[in-house]
Amino acid sequence: MTSQLVPPVEQGQRRPTPLPPRGTKRRSLRHGDRYWAYLLILPTAVGLTVFSIWPAIQTFYFSFTKWGTFGGHEWTGLDNYAQVFHDPELLRSLWNTVIFSVMTLLGIPLSIGLAALLNTKGLRGVGVYRALYFLPVVTMPAAIALVWKLIYNGDTGILNQFLAVFGVDGPHWLSDPATAIYAVGVVSIWSSLGYNMVLFLAGMQSIPGEFYEAASIDGAGPWRQFFRITMPLLTPTTFFVTVITVINALQAFDLVYLMVGKASPAIEESQTVVYLFYAKGILQGDGGYAAAIAFVLLALILLITAFQFRVQKRWVHYE
Amino acid sequence: MSDRVPATSAVGPKRSHTAIHVVLIVGSVLMVLPFFWEVSTSLKTYAESISVPPTIFPSSPVWKNYTDVFATLPFGAQFLNTVIMTVARTVGQVFFCAAAGYAFARLEFPGRNAIFIAFLSVLMVPSQLFLLSQFQLMQRFGLLNTVTALALPGIFSAFGTFLLRQFFLQLPAELDAAARLDGCNPFQVWWKVMLPLAKNGMLALGILTAIWSWNDLLWPLVVNNDPEKMTLSAGLSTLQGQFLTNYPVLMAGSFLASIPMIVLFVMFQKNMLEGIASSGIKG
Repeated sequence: MTSQLVPPVEQGQRRPTPLPPRGTKRRSLRHGDRYWAYLLILPTAVGLTVFSIWPAIQTFYFSFTKWGTFGGHEWTGLDNYAQVFHDPELLRSLWNTVIFSVMTLLGIPLSIGLAALLNTKGLRGVGVYRALYFLPVVTMPAAIALVWKLIYNGDTGILNQFLAVFGVDGPHWLSDPATAIYAVGVVSIWSSLGYNMVLFLAGMQSIPGEFYEAASIDGAGPWRQFFRITMPLLTPTTFFVTVITVINALQAFDLVYLMVGKASPAIEESQTVVYLFYAKGILQGDGGYAAAIAFVLLALILLITAFQFRVQKRWVHYE
Repeated sequence: MSDRVPATSAVGPKRSHTAIHVVLIVGSVLMVLPFFWEVSTSLKTYAESISVPPTIFPSSPVWKNYTDVFATLPFGAQFLNTVIMTVARTVGQVFFCAAAGYAFARLEFPGRNAIFIAFLSVLMVPSQLFLLSQFQLMQRFGLLNTVTALALPGIFSAFGTFLLRQFFLQLPAELDAAARLDGCNPFQVWWKVMLPLAKNGMLALGILTAIWSWNDLLWPLVVNNDPEKMTLSAGLSTLQGQFLTNYPVLMAGSFLASIPMIVLFVMFQKNMLEGIASSGIKG
């Protein structure tokens, strides 16, 4: 019974590669296979080498160089990396990224709660709810950002007009350095809620119904069932969603670029690491330093992800 | 929802769902409200869009805002650029990833694990690591400000290869063997037997790729700065700088730009959500 908890994908992954049948024919078939295999892999392998693997290697080289104003670059060794740790702008962007990531993580309990409600036995309209919550996920961030800018507008936005009803004088959310990153964080939660909810719902649906029936017979109410059965058995999904959420949040760019933007007085207090990478590498032509920032980000992502995998043993239950 | 009757969940599921619906509906309203506001504002006059207190519905719909979008942006050209980029990336990715995914799932060849690990490492590295170098590559080939530059790097995907490999692994192995005994070579097995069976996986990848491509921002922003060659995503983001306050026209443009993917999602909801669930819970 517990094996049902392992998602089907996992089972597939572990299945050994099927070999052609019959001992005698096997060798010749397998030998011919390799050319077909290389042919099938070729386009993607070449594409990834040209557009990903080689660029990554080249960027690593760039991170040890200083770019001139009129093209060309010179080797400066570890200068860029030395600069990284003393650059208040970068340290600030790291801090902003942490704030943004923590805020985005707050969306996870919300999406678990929503998924649990949708998972109610016999509930009607699940498909409609799911589609509505998922709508922001498929909507262009550029469009989302424009609507929210309108909503957040300090003078005429409906948010402040709504707050005014209660006598609250709302700030200029996106141009106030004290609030901008939080305002963007709320939009990030709003737009990723549906995605996480779908993952949690799939996780909950793979929990065998017998567990709940047995718990009901033992007199456990819905709350108890949620905390004693759903949450523990859902931990692999929760772990996965947490890891993905953190990795994505650490690379946040779109919403900050679109909602705050380079002309805003709040940009320094709200720019994320990737925004700074873009500003340095593309807008200011300081590719060497931008490359170093990208590798600092890579190191950060690897470190945090490795940490999460280490700690998972304490709270994730794989049956 | 009392504990007294053990069999409640099996017998009386319709009881007490009201509270759950109330919570879910309040949540739905919060999710949909920005979309409603987008459409409502897109039909207001400029004066009405900034009026205090705000009007919930436009007093009389100004459809002209939707034609004004085409006057303020090269909307038609950007729409076309976005369509071409999205179609090229989607078709290319589904086809090439299905090929590579099948080979990794079902064929044996020297270096398979090493190559697969190389693919996986691409999946794990943040894409910013590729950006500067990809940009230089486009520059060197004179591709800046072309639709080719928009589409090209996105055609190849480690994620797609991984996703479709999983789908192929779930198909029964006997099918390969039977087709091979009938004299098919691996390419024919893939093309004639496996592709039709992996239709759902390919559809899921296709929809995910289409939506990601359509909404992509950083890459289109970096390679094309000529408004005629931009995507809608990049176009909208530059528009707000110039016409910062003309909200009704901005909202009309945003709405028009988001409609195609919302329609696609509504049409293929089931495939897309399945794709996400199966790529998601991989642990």
